[in-house]
Amino acid sequence: MHQYNTRDTICAPATAPGMAAIAVIRISGPEAFAIAQVCFEPQKKGLAFSEISTHKVILGQFHEGERPVDEVLLTKFQHPHTYTGEDLVEISCHGSPFIQQEIIRILIDKGARMAKPGEFTMRAFLNGRMDLSQAEAVADLIASNSSASHKMAFRQMRGHFSERIRELRQQLVTFAGLIELELDFSEEDVEFADRGSLNTLLDTIENEIGRLKQSFSMGNVLKNGIPVAIIGKPNVGKSTLLNALLNEERAIVSDIPGTTRDTIEDTIAINGVAFRFIDTAGLRHSEDTIETFGIERTYEKIRQAAIILYLFDASGTTLEEITETLNDFREKFYDENKRLILIANKIDLLEEIPHHFRNLVELETIFVSAKRKENINMIAESLLSSVSTASEEENQAIVSNSRHYEALAKTAEAIAAVRRGIEENLPGDLMAIDLRSALHHLGTITGEVTNEEILGNIFEKFCIGK
Amino acid sequence: MFEHYDIIVVGGGHAGSEAAAAGARMGSKVLLVTMNLAGIAQMSCNPAMGGIAKGQIVREIDALGGYSGIVTDHTMVQFRMLNRSKGPAMWSPRAQSDRILFSQKWREMLEQIPNVHFWQDTVTEVLVEKGKAVGVRTGFGGDIFSKTIIITSGTFLNGKIHIGQKNFSGGRLGDANATGLTENLRSFGIESERLKTGTPVRVDGRTIDFSKMIEQKGDDEPGRFSYLDTPKLKRQLSCYLTYTSDEVHDILRTGFDFSPMFAGRIQGTGPRYCPSIEDKIDRFSEKDRHQLFIEPEGWTSNEYYVNGFSSSLPEEVQFKALRKIAGFEQARILKPGYAIEYDYFPPTQLQFSLESRKVENLFFAGQVNGTTGYEEAAGQGLMAGINAHLKIRGKEPFVLKRSEAYIGVLIDDLVTKGTNEPYRMFTSRAEFRILLRQDNADQRLTRKGVELGLAEPERLERLERKETIISDIVGFIAKENADPAMVNPYLDSVSSAPIKIKNRLANILLRPQVSLKGLMECDKNLQSFIHGFSGEPVFEEAIESAEIQVKYAGYLEKEMEVAAKISRLEDIRLGENINYMEFKALSMEAREKLQKVKPLNIGQASRISGITPSDISVLLVHLGR
Repeated sequence: MHQYNTRDTICAPATAPGMAAIAVIRISGPEAFAIAQVCFEPQKKGLAFSEISTHKVILGQFHEGERPVDEVLLTKFQHPHTYTGEDLVEISCHGSPFIQQEIIRILIDKGARMAKPGEFTMRAFLNGRMDLSQAEAVADLIASNSSASHKMAFRQMRGHFSERIRELRQQLVTFAGLIELELDFSEEDVEFADRGSLNTLLDTIENEIGRLKQSFSMGNVLKNGIPVAIIGKPNVGKSTLLNALLNEERAIVSDIPGTTRDTIEDTIAINGVAFRFIDTAGLRHSEDTIETFGIERTYEKIRQAAIILYLFDASGTTLEEITETLNDFREKFYDENKRLILIANKIDLLEEIPHHFRNLVELETIFVSAKRKENINMIAESLLSSVSTASEEENQAIVSNSRHYEALAKTAEAIAAVRRGIEENLPGDLMAIDLRSALHHLGTITGEVTNEEILGNIFEKFCIGK
Repeated sequence: MFEHYDIIVVGGGHAGSEAAAAGARMGSKVLLVTMNLAGIAQMSCNPAMGGIAKGQIVREIDALGGYSGIVTDHTMVQFRMLNRSKGPAMWSPRAQSDRILFSQKWREMLEQIPNVHFWQDTVTEVLVEKGKAVGVRTGFGGDIFSKTIIITSGTFLNGKIHIGQKNFSGGRLGDANATGLTENLRSFGIESERLKTGTPVRVDGRTIDFSKMIEQKGDDEPGRFSYLDTPKLKRQLSCYLTYTSDEVHDILRTGFDFSPMFAGRIQGTGPRYCPSIEDKIDRFSEKDRHQLFIEPEGWTSNEYYVNGFSSSLPEEVQFKALRKIAGFEQARILKPGYAIEYDYFPPTQLQFSLESRKVENLFFAGQVNGTTGYEEAAGQGLMAGINAHLKIRGKEPFVLKRSEAYIGVLIDDLVTKGTNEPYRMFTSRAEFRILLRQDNADQRLTRKGVELGLAEPERLERLERKETIISDIVGFIAKENADPAMVNPYLDSVSSAPIKIKNRLANILLRPQVSLKGLMECDKNLQSFIHGFSGEPVFEEAIESAEIQVKYAGYLEKEMEVAAKISRLEDIRLGENINYMEFKALSMEAREKLQKVKPLNIGQASRISGITPSDISVLLVHLGR
């Protein structure tokens, strides 16, 4: 609703998203100095934040409580001669997406708000730092940003995530319905929820928010790289392939099937994109309990992976075997968000590519020799091409993650207030204030919950009208 | 035969009566045209005013200088403050009225306004010249001219009554409907749709066995709707509760084949919160009984209203089923329940002043705008009367914000979102429930009413006195200490922890279990201070408001903050002539919706369904903000 409230303090990365040597994070608004002050310790001992002169670069440490986050350069800009016309702080940090995300998260925890697309420019305009024609150019920018963010949001929504957010929203609407029911329909002959069941519902909601916050705040994908699982039957050369990719002898390699009993992970950066390779125990049924354990772990890892390299022995596998395994695989793990790349290994043992494998073309098969490190670069290229769109999205997700994190943090805060309200036996109309605030904050992710929606929910579930 | 009027009000219901009174008392010459002068401000449905959210509206009408509150106070037979156990935002006054006295009192009040003239007739056309309404054509009075016209025709336009398989024309059982006007208005490009509502059987009280029902008495200390010194109730009538049963439901089911609703003969949408009994049985088949609320129609009337038993099943089915309900075994019915379908004009065609966007000087108020309820109708009528008067004098329209009044929420919802079922007010529709209370409607609105020349100066005097007392009490509580010896026994009695050392009264009052009255009884200093005001006419109200102000200060501040933020958006105006279709940065859906609603400001634009925050950003930038 109040989109461009200019009385609060906003923050956002000012540099393009993605891996780079450094990144700049900007904070603007009346609390910019106060917020920066609590997270920044100048290198020069005894230098108070207030003494830092304007437009001057200072070296120091960005920290969260006792925990150092990054060594940064901080510039303080005293208003009005700043980009936005407000007090402004720029922090140059190391370019890792994770560090950026952490810094943003901490700033939000300290009271800043994630800037909306174009909001710095908007403030610049509002404070007379720009003229109308410049601002109109910003309008286009906002439009394009929001369409991108729509697309992004849509993509995110397809995952587990969306499922959870939808559930959370539904639970909140139900909860709000129960509270509003007692208020507007207290004269009706309906049964009102007792405090116990309201608490149970709150538990569910809090858990849900907690889980979501967790999944966002760690930004695991960006932190750990895009997970790639290497799977295949025993002894098709998975570990050899991984070693070829990692270019070091890391996994145990032997000719005895089932040597890799646990999963092994390693992260490499290919052209600035981080991939986390997961080598897995072979996929086969086994009586060996230790290995069975390994297989369980394998399944788990496959579920977590965004890309799966399915490796098979090109010299000794028939089309039927591959088809069968693939069908089995689809049944167990199929997910439209996962990408599957077929790798036909051991081409060094072949004189020519068997004719029937051509049928696999539609599944994008790469023919390699892990042992001789032949065509390994094709895998690298394929990985890159396959994630070029995804990585763009992932980088964007720093912003959207932090935004979501902020929204969820505020939702959680409001829900905690509702909880206190229930404990203190607060009247429903007062509890509803916090509940509405929770709905509003969640609404910045999912779209606002309208009063109509809550009423609709009531009319659907309860017989109103005595 | 007729002079040239300032305002012609078409329809003499709750909306029409408030409109006529407001316009005339501000100084306009008003003609009230109604089909039946004996039926001014009739309570067509249940004989009650107020209730949750609706009671607040009546208080607001009164605070602005409208008459609904005064009329109710003079004619009520029972008063209850609903939701006393909840927070102050939910306290809602509700009264049972004497149906006949209510109508008589309204007519008497209107007759005392010299500027109101009456004419019994049917309006068949609005006379329009160059896009402006200039008068009306009536059934037999010919053409009557005026500067503005307010349509408040309720359920009468092409009204069609359904009882079982029978259906016939009517505006209300026993009254003819009005035809021609809808078609005439359509010819000016005004769209109309159909809605449906229903009403239950009326029963002869002499045949009801009240001993089999649960009595519901009025409050021990009945309150009032008006902020003026209206008489207090000395004696009250009771309402009664009883329940349907499986047996009753089974009988009603035998009539389902003849139901005009189920058979699809009724096309209009009915209200979800006020379903017919057959609807309830059908939709909530797991419920083995439904509550019925039996309301008396007046001091001398034998008629009883069976709230909750609204039906359009054949009358013999209604009758047979009724007789299986506890207390109604011997009942005789006076009138069957029925459903009524009527025309309404989707209110998104209106401006905030309730003036049509299509035809200048033509206003709409009440049920024709798709609302239901006397209170909602009266509130709109008042606003239309005020705005017609202002329009004639070339003044800015009088518009209430959502943070100022339920009336503001009501009209904003209607104009911005429209409605496709009869619209009823709920407190959950208001973003600022804590601000829109029944105790502070005068503080919110009376100054505005006085400025308009509508509210009497006496109201302002009372308000100022009330505010002085409130601030004195609040000041006292904020600085004076409570003595542990004095208050601990009281705190113990309400299971609140005792205090060890002297503590500010305000801090103790913040505790949920503690009330100002309770504190007064144990703390002699506080008691003697407050009792210093006891001779004041606004004494009770002031104590109540002072308590709310202290107890709920945190919440009040929180809501006021949000309201202030939002009001900044309301201050960013959008011109009437913006062509949204040219805004390439907006989605096509947003362009079309904005083009249709033509919001006055950013705040309103943000409330249109389907308009996203990013659409609003685009608008802001285009505005150069």
